[in-house]
Amino acid sequence: MRAFDAGWGGAVWKTIGEPITNVSSRYSSIDWEGRRMMGFNNIELISDRPIEVNLQEMSEVKRRYPQHVVIASLMVESKRDTWHDIVQRAEDAGADGLELNFGCPHGMSERGMGSAVGQVPEYCEQITGWVKEKARTPVIVKLTPNISDIRMPARAAKRAGADGLSAINTINSITGIDLDTFQPNPNVDGKSAHGGYCGPAVKPIALNMVRAVQSDPAGALPLSGIGGIANWRDAAEFILLGCGTVQVCTAAMHYGYRIVEDMQDGLLEWMAEKGFASLEDFRGRSLPTVVDWNQLNLNYQIVARIHEDLCIGCQLCYTACWDGAHQCIHLDRTAPAPDTARTPAMVEAEAARRISTTPIPKLDPGGLGHTNALTPLERIPRVDEHHCVGCNLCSLVCPVEGCITMERVDDGLAPESWAERTAAGALPVAHMRS
Amino acid sequence: MNGQTSFVQQAPVQAETSARFPDFHPPLDRQAALPEANRCLFCFDAPCASACPTHIDVPKFIKKIASGNLLGSARTILDANILGASCARACPVEVLCEGACVMHRYNKQPIQIARLQRFAMDSLHASGAPLPFAPAADTGFSVALIGAGPASLACAAELRRRGIRAVLYDARSLPGGLNTYGVAEYKLPLVESLREIEMLAQLGVEFRFETMIDPAALAKLERDHDAVFLGIGLGAIHQLGIAGEPLPGVTNALDLIAGYKSGKLTRVPARVVVVGAGNTAIDAAIASVRLGATDVHIIYRRGEEQMSAFSFEYEHARLEGVKFVWNAQPRRILGGAAVEGIELTRLADSQDGSIVPHPGSEFRLPADLVVLAIGQSSQTEPLAALVQLDRGRIRIDRATGQTSNPKYFSGGDCTNGGREVVDAVADGKRAGIGIAAWLGAPVGKA
Repeated sequence: MRAFDAGWGGAVWKTIGEPITNVSSRYSSIDWEGRRMMGFNNIELISDRPIEVNLQEMSEVKRRYPQHVVIASLMVESKRDTWHDIVQRAEDAGADGLELNFGCPHGMSERGMGSAVGQVPEYCEQITGWVKEKARTPVIVKLTPNISDIRMPARAAKRAGADGLSAINTINSITGIDLDTFQPNPNVDGKSAHGGYCGPAVKPIALNMVRAVQSDPAGALPLSGIGGIANWRDAAEFILLGCGTVQVCTAAMHYGYRIVEDMQDGLLEWMAEKGFASLEDFRGRSLPTVVDWNQLNLNYQIVARIHEDLCIGCQLCYTACWDGAHQCIHLDRTAPAPDTARTPAMVEAEAARRISTTPIPKLDPGGLGHTNALTPLERIPRVDEHHCVGCNLCSLVCPVEGCITMERVDDGLAPESWAERTAAGALPVAHMRS
Repeated sequence: MNGQTSFVQQAPVQAETSARFPDFHPPLDRQAALPEANRCLFCFDAPCASACPTHIDVPKFIKKIASGNLLGSARTILDANILGASCARACPVEVLCEGACVMHRYNKQPIQIARLQRFAMDSLHASGAPLPFAPAADTGFSVALIGAGPASLACAAELRRRGIRAVLYDARSLPGGLNTYGVAEYKLPLVESLREIEMLAQLGVEFRFETMIDPAALAKLERDHDAVFLGIGLGAIHQLGIAGEPLPGVTNALDLIAGYKSGKLTRVPARVVVVGAGNTAIDAAIASVRLGATDVHIIYRRGEEQMSAFSFEYEHARLEGVKFVWNAQPRRILGGAAVEGIELTRLADSQDGSIVPHPGSEFRLPADLVVLAIGQSSQTEPLAALVQLDRGRIRIDRATGQTSNPKYFSGGDCTNGGREVVDAVADGKRAGIGIAAWLGAPVGKA
């Protein structure tokens, strides 16, 4: 109810089933370069409170907040009667919809529930079918990412008549091992179990799975996006890939319900800027732009361009191109002619031989007048555009926004994809098989 | 330690002095050091490392802090600069590594390299781990080093790591030279300099304290050793050559600083006049404030823009309440039994660019203590027959430290006219490598 007061439109009430006993501790996380909880892991099970308590409270919330959506997340034994019973009770309590938790990857799966169902399309289809026999409200199947092809359980849910999907649930994970105790996190009396991974780190995986489901006519259904959504930008991306709603958990656990304020404010600002009046104006808009690799234009050429006026001389692009890409960035701007034979080791050896002293005004006339505001020319790398393959790596490692741009080179060739090229018989068969 | 008592135990530490000179740049704790270390971009061929006279691989030691490899970080620092802990505190990083940081052109705040370096070095010291280097197998070579300041210490470390005996001679009773006795206590406490040298001594460096080396003694050392390193620094602070200079209450900045650092001086009188506007003058003026003076003036012949102190030192002095008198020159020091004041005259630019006294502009400042900080003289004159000098400085090959006399090497203030600790360390390091190469000792080090 505090979340609704803060501005959230609805809640998924997680997860109702026969009460379990949880362990302590339950959470662990990945911190990244000083920022906390970039990835979050839990080994918590479903609700440890009796079903009737959960449902009583749900009724109370619906009574007080009739305009807000409450979805009951359900997980019970894989028996038809048990599912019928819980569906009835949840709907009687006032649930606006049901989310079938077929995704929880730890603990419950060992008992034949959660992802044990979600990983087997047949079970998924069967249980969804049982629920649909009874349900009067929309049925949403929550998908596990711990599967080779997420489209399979999505198709199964659709076949069974599910009204919607939600994706993704958490990803199997071990967040780390304590290097002093040799014990994994989270630590439960010296031992741990694999958990479910979520938070900002999983967003790219979630986006890919959302896209896979939404681009598949056999599996696509109204979809609630989940996975690392922390702000309005994340939400917009999920909606652009076809989600009608998004769910947030880790970010609210990290910063509190108040984060919804900017999610709403920022999204509305962005929509106004883009001229979108409703979510439907942009929902799924990016889906057609994600294609299979063989549809990409092989004749599209870009090269890196370093904007000297913005370059700070860190030379990260240089070392990245030499050690991680195609050796086509060089430090030869002050050389009389382009020098592509000068290696990083040669650059470092020259630096080691240089003798530097502290500039002291009275000993070095004019020595302190130098400014560090401008990058010396010899520190600004040069791209050998003839050899640049347009991989983006330099622009990704460059710390300065807009300093390295990838610019199109017109090669005069018409667009041609791998599919087109092979269809035209332009390549030997051996290549096609590789 | 060659049977000697610990330098740190011998440190004449006064609790009152420590309280009056707290860290100007307080240490970072782990929670502050980690995000700062992660902020470092890890530049290739990093400008900070190039700007460091000892070429510490700054991004490398910073990334080791970020990964939690603190001892590896300290080893990276010490490998390039055996006085890395002192330099982390004493270096004018604003014109060195931090001044060269590319962040000045990015989000404007340079990485706090000095504080990170101190964090790594403090971690090593707190761990109780030994110096992460050992002397190499004995080569049979032996080198005498005159002076036990930063240049000789750095040279000695390179020699020992190549299996060459290193014997240091110093007039004082404790090692470190200006690193121990001449750096403002709020930057580098005397005891910290000694702690670092004690660690360095684990390499088997030999010290001969309270030993003056005259030309005859030097000739003997030359016969007894395979090479000699001259790390003799500069001499006494110049005199003004005006009336009243012998009065009690006239001192010089180095004596003042060494006096309070070694606990011999715990208070100064209320009114102090410092003559000169270099970094040492600033140190003396701030020390006077900390030691109880209420009225501290710095007198300089020229204007603010010609002052040789770094601008951040000038700012610091002003924050401490030091007042500056520009374009004025002492005419005489006033007083009967002791100093009572100083008579000054205004200076004006003449047509030929020199500055001349402005007639009738004389004025007086009352003072109980006059501190001279107008530069140090050289003390190389007795060496003139032995090695080539250049305006009082020993002339060396910069890359090897070798003098005109092949058996003599040199580095530090006596060769460069008086720079920073880190410059002396770099000179000593190059000379140590140069001596080993000249002797034909193995190239690699332990």
